[in-house]
Amino acid sequence: MKRRMESYGKMVQLLFMNPVFFIGISLLLVFIMTSMVLILTGAPPFSVYKQIFLGSLSTGSKFGHVIKAWIPLTLCAIGLLYTFRINLWNIGVEGQMIIGAVFCTFIIRLFPNSPYPIMILFLAFFSSMMGGALWALLAGFLKTKGGVNEIFAGLGLNFVAQGLILWLIFGPWKRPGVASMSGTEIIPKGLWLSLIERTAIPPAGLILTFLALFVTYLLLKYTKIGLGLKAIGLNPKASLLFGLKPSLYMLLAMVFGGGLAGFAGCIQVTGVYHRLIPSISSNYGYLALLVVMLSNYDIRLVPIVSFFFSCLNVGSIQLPMVLHIDSSLSGVIQGSLVLTFLALHALHRRLSTPKEIQPS
Amino acid sequence: MNDFSAMMILSSIIAAACPIIFAAIGETITEKSGVINLSLDGTILLSAMTAFVISYSTGSVFLGFFMASLVGGFVALIVVFFSIYLRVSQVAVGFVLTLTCRDLAYFIGNPYSRLLGPQVQPLPIPFLSDLPFIGTAFFSHNVVVYVCYIFFFFSWFYIEKTPMGHILKAVGEHPHAAYSRGIHPHRIQLIYGFVGGVFVGIAGASYSLFMKAGWGRPQGCEGIGWIALALVIFGGWNISRVVIGCYLFSFLQVMGIFFQQWFPTFPSPVFQVAPFPLMIFSLVIIHVSQNDKIREWSKDKNVILFFLNRFSHSAPAHLGKRFHV
Repeated sequence: MKRRMESYGKMVQLLFMNPVFFIGISLLLVFIMTSMVLILTGAPPFSVYKQIFLGSLSTGSKFGHVIKAWIPLTLCAIGLLYTFRINLWNIGVEGQMIIGAVFCTFIIRLFPNSPYPIMILFLAFFSSMMGGALWALLAGFLKTKGGVNEIFAGLGLNFVAQGLILWLIFGPWKRPGVASMSGTEIIPKGLWLSLIERTAIPPAGLILTFLALFVTYLLLKYTKIGLGLKAIGLNPKASLLFGLKPSLYMLLAMVFGGGLAGFAGCIQVTGVYHRLIPSISSNYGYLALLVVMLSNYDIRLVPIVSFFFSCLNVGSIQLPMVLHIDSSLSGVIQGSLVLTFLALHALHRRLSTPKEIQPS
Repeated sequence: MNDFSAMMILSSIIAAACPIIFAAIGETITEKSGVINLSLDGTILLSAMTAFVISYSTGSVFLGFFMASLVGGFVALIVVFFSIYLRVSQVAVGFVLTLTCRDLAYFIGNPYSRLLGPQVQPLPIPFLSDLPFIGTAFFSHNVVVYVCYIFFFFSWFYIEKTPMGHILKAVGEHPHAAYSRGIHPHRIQLIYGFVGGVFVGIAGASYSLFMKAGWGRPQGCEGIGWIALALVIFGGWNISRVVIGCYLFSFLQVMGIFFQQWFPTFPSPVFQVAPFPLMIFSLVIIHVSQNDKIREWSKDKNVILFFLNRFSHSAPAHLGKRFHV
């Protein structure tokens, strides 16, 4: 009997060890909470959920829109895994994405009528990654050399990037005659990413995102770089004594994160909007932070959580038309999901670790 | 530019700075106790929405302000609660709250979009508003702006000159020392977290009830929370400097229209980015001025020394860290 109880206790413990369990519980709690809010505001909760489901997964074309959002969101989230591993809060993903998009557009504007569009696309991909990485490096240098907290550096640079893109769209890159929020001129059709038929999915983006997932998984798990990032993230002082250079690794993590974000910006230009618009980053940089937090910094969960978030985003687009409620409901669900998850996870950590060894 | 338009510009700078001052000083108070409330941008929107909805349905502007300040305080309490009792990073919670509160505001406020609601009525102060020039610029606003004048003086006095202010600073600088003097840092952080949040809520209400009266998506106060956060750093966690920063930003905002005439290729939003490079710059200066070599080198260079001293104000030493008994 006693043994049975013990094994039962162990099972419960194992269950609690798993972040997926907490995500599930949070999902349930948020589901109840959101339903209550919806009832209070007078909207029928089940038709809302049905609309979100129908709006995101009911047809192939809608599924395509979900994937279209999933690609940049996942790319940004993968980039964040590097920086979170070393305990850096790379809040500047938004800006890095913008600069990536700007570099991409710059290359395209440089060679508008090239006979080899594939070459130009490669060049645009590469330079957008460089652009994002440079912008991240700037925040990284401010952190390592300038003593500026990476959150404020990243945040500040986000707004600077936003200013830059507005200036470009209204100034030097404005459409002939009119300068407006609707963006620059459409890029030549030859440079659009080709799409899978009758959907909005660019296969090139999809393949490269999976590649990034795979490479990051290997890099973080099996290489010296991954180990170094983790070691410094856990204890920078001890790592310094072991001969690892924290500042070098921080810059490296920023370069990886910024590069992927910049690439996401390039996908937005060549595969989605086909021009530079002021809101080219679509808020994915900030949303990616939520994705990574809800995934508990686990790369295996990132694509799944990111897919769920994309479904919410795309599915809620038609809510205003059908049910007259604002599409920002998706953001409310996403945010409260992360908040609930953080609370539950922290509560479990507090209750399960003995008092003497709790980190302070 | 004649006298009249200069006066109008000054007047609109004073009015536009008012909500930013509330938000930035609120955040300064919170940060003095060692808590970073990163949720400012969302909190301002949520409380702006609350203020509009409440005063629209009840007709009372005062009730709108009151509920908005409660909402602001409540959001700040969530950050402090997560930090103290759950030991979750303040930055993480604050960031998630920024996005959640923003979307919650848009979601709940949606049915109230573009409605005409009550506003705070202007109330020129008798006699004072008749003074030439400064009368119109300073004393022909509404009650909230006058409260703002008193507020920044009072909060400066409270933090710098009263024992309670010293307790607040002690908790932010060295919670262990405060604890051994019989002050419980957690209680202080809860109190001042809430108080700071209340002022952020008032800032939100000021937007929807007079500065950019009404509710909609976008409301017009998006991004102000981040600017207030930047101004707290730019001001070096010092009330009077923060207030100067707020007026400086407000000046840039109002002058954006004129700048656009002078530099037609720059759209006016570009000028509103200005606080952010300034924030980064002042953080770099703070770091540089603490470097011994730089101190040594600038010893007999008066200009540089003056410059360093003006900008080198360090953050509360225990800012953003957690304290446990």
